[in-house]
Amino acid sequence: MAQASGGYYVPHGTKWPIVGSIGLTTAVVGAANMLNGTFSSAQAMMFVGFAIIVFMMVGWFGQVIRESEAGTYGHQEDISFRMGMMWFILSEVMFFAAFFGALFYARMFALPWLGGEGTGLSTHDTLWPSFENIWPTNGPAHIGGPFETIPAFDIPLVNTLLLLTSGVTITLAHHALRKNQRTPLVWWLIATVALGATFMYFQVYEYIHAYSDLNLTLGSGIYGSTFFMLTGFHGMHVTVGAIMLMVITYRCMKGHFTPEHHFGFEAVAWYWHFVDVVWLGLFVFVYVV
Amino acid sequence: MSVTATELDHHDDHDHKPSGFLDRWLFSTNHKDIGTLYLVFSLVMFLIGGSMAMIIRAELFQPGLQLVQPDFFNQMTTMHALVMIFGAVMPAFVGLANWMIPMMIGAPDMALPRMNNWSFWLLPFAFAMLLSTLFMDSGAPAAGWTLYPPLSLQGGNSFAFVIFAIHLMGISSIMGAINIIATILNMRAPGMNLLKMPLFVWTWLITAFLLIAVMPVLAGAVTMLLTDKFFATSFFNAAGGGDPVMFQHIFWFFGHPEVYIMILPAFGIVSEIIPTFARKPLFGYVSMVYATASIAFLSFIVWAHHMFTVGMPLGGELYFMYATMLIAVPTGVKVFNWVSTMWRGAMTFETPMLWALAFVILFTIGGFSGLMLAIVPADFQYHDTYFVVAHFHYVLVTGAIFAIIAGVYYWLPKWTGNMYNETWAKIHFWWSVISVNVLFFPQHFLGLAGMPRRIPDYSVQFTEFNQWSSIGGFAFGLAQVFFAIILIHACYYSKKKAAAQSWEGAKGLEWTIPSPAPHHTFSTPPKINKDQLAAGHLD
Ligand SMILES: [Cu+2]
Repeated sequence: MAQASGGYYVPHGTKWPIVGSIGLTTAVVGAANMLNGTFSSAQAMMFVGFAIIVFMMVGWFGQVIRESEAGTYGHQEDISFRMGMMWFILSEVMFFAAFFGALFYARMFALPWLGGEGTGLSTHDTLWPSFENIWPTNGPAHIGGPFETIPAFDIPLVNTLLLLTSGVTITLAHHALRKNQRTPLVWWLIATVALGATFMYFQVYEYIHAYSDLNLTLGSGIYGSTFFMLTGFHGMHVTVGAIMLMVITYRCMKGHFTPEHHFGFEAVAWYWHFVDVVWLGLFVFVYVV
Repeated sequence: MSVTATELDHHDDHDHKPSGFLDRWLFSTNHKDIGTLYLVFSLVMFLIGGSMAMIIRAELFQPGLQLVQPDFFNQMTTMHALVMIFGAVMPAFVGLANWMIPMMIGAPDMALPRMNNWSFWLLPFAFAMLLSTLFMDSGAPAAGWTLYPPLSLQGGNSFAFVIFAIHLMGISSIMGAINIIATILNMRAPGMNLLKMPLFVWTWLITAFLLIAVMPVLAGAVTMLLTDKFFATSFFNAAGGGDPVMFQHIFWFFGHPEVYIMILPAFGIVSEIIPTFARKPLFGYVSMVYATASIAFLSFIVWAHHMFTVGMPLGGELYFMYATMLIAVPTGVKVFNWVSTMWRGAMTFETPMLWALAFVILFTIGGFSGLMLAIVPADFQYHDTYFVVAHFHYVLVTGAIFAIIAGVYYWLPKWTGNMYNETWAKIHFWWSVISVNVLFFPQHFLGLAGMPRRIPDYSVQFTEFNQWSSIGGFAFGLAQVFFAIILIHACYYSKKKAAAQSWEGAKGLEWTIPSPAPHHTFSTPPKINKDQLAAGHLD
């Protein structure tokens, strides 16, 4: 079916995108109906959608991996893939920027104004004259009730060290791949996955602790909202990154990639560094400051 | 003068188009077929969004409530905007990019052909979801396309559908933009240096960057809306320490670049057409590139001019006012360059040129009313009135959509191998250009006199201008049905064949390949001959 067209590889026909669209739509229509409570099997519909998405990704990536191993892609295709990944990561950065922006806006503008700063005092004066702007806060109405926060220099610091170390181990894996040392390559990758998994274990532990002992929830006003949305989306990205790492670990064990030609490896490494950098931002602005 | 085909023009391209319907359209990885899908989808959405506008104008023909309930009226204004912005204008530009960019830079296809398919095929699903809300008991979203909380959080079941539909559209736009950037940066034929690219390619490169930077911010904003409604977060709830105004900041950080996403490719199209029919290279090519980049940069730092009346410190108001007015400088450079390109040119006025000229004049009117709106004290008077409606319809209808129509007439011969009917097309142009001004010009006066937007009823003194506006609206709507007929005729029934170089003065690689363009072009990179380069290249 597929054939090279001149120099650049142009595949002819693909069924995976439409499968992906069906999967995504099934998932979000299921999710929307679940949120609206319109019918009882909506949740099942959502999971069917997710399953279709997983099926699509396995199929699509599998096809690309087979083509790559068959030597279909040359230098120019490699650059297209690299650009695709780089700009995708930029879009992810901007997605996180929206939530960091919400955190900064709330702390620098919304809360001081609610606390009576500035000239437009009507909210403060008429609604909540006793509100003082002290971070962390769940707002003048104390939405979600009293809560405690997670100290930064405890598990979060350990998590920071874990992720930074994993950034080192994946770089060591990359060096091993470039020198074609396959055994250290696999072990450094396994170490990276293990560090990522330990990070996620601590995050889950921390979430359970927050919900059951600290009364810190997604509903704890602006603090809970920004805390859980930022760390939650980051955790989802770590999970996805860890799955990607496991896939390339498996591929390395099967003998994929060469010292010169390993875009898939590098894409995952870039992604892993990206979640690492986002975490550093989180650690500073969500936990410490 | 358009150039028609001679018998010399037989080309034998072993096209190997996929033969099955599904194979060709559903599974396509071909930039031309996907471009066609985008353009057809956009036309369908344009007509659907247009029908909603007709309902709005019919209700506003007289004061009082005639045809629809106020809530349904609000659903129409909300859906009209969402459908036109995300369904008609943006996909049309992506369709044009798909068709033209590989042919303009000598590439065999888009850089990531499979992802290109997905970028398109998310859209029909997203819009099926969005339009399905019209049939829900609680109706479609009615809080305006900007989805401001707390109002947008008080809607019915449509809310979650709109949010998820916007997520799908965002994924589609981001993938499309990534593909366009990778294509332009990685797929140019040898010798096609960045500063030799046609301006349409340049404007799309910068537009794609804007899309990647701001679509995720919209996704973040609507995600926060979703969690505020369903998961007890307090982003936009002052009682919990959040702020409803914060939504507006995040939204317009997306929203202002979004308006440039809808106009920069239009600048590119007009910059292709004017040199062709003035038979002169584009004046100030490099300044055009820099002006485009400056506009894109400025678009990130002016967003709060949409929010002058919601409450902001005075310093903020002044900063956003001056920064906004600064945009007039690079935009003025562009208008100056278009006019200078025509200066002493050997001008002819075929249909694409007429639309491009109308664009230059009418978009400039929209730009001037934008300058008026940028002035903070004046904006306190204009805000949320029909003056704003008039302003953004001048830049979006007589701006973006006129440029799209110009581009369609200009490149249709290349796509189909057929010429459209010039007489009908000229009728379509004059009919549209007159009716669109009857439609939108009186809205300036209505706004200055204080008529608020998004209201189905109005005081009696506004009746006459509203009636003019509605009559113009019906006429403009009908003209676009005629447009669809012209296109169908040109695609399937026109006997007049187009030459490879369909326009006498046209330059650029796309005119070196036969009309209709074969299914695959530039499978091996072309050797670029200097005289073939698009008008305005550097020597
Ligand atoms: Cu703006």
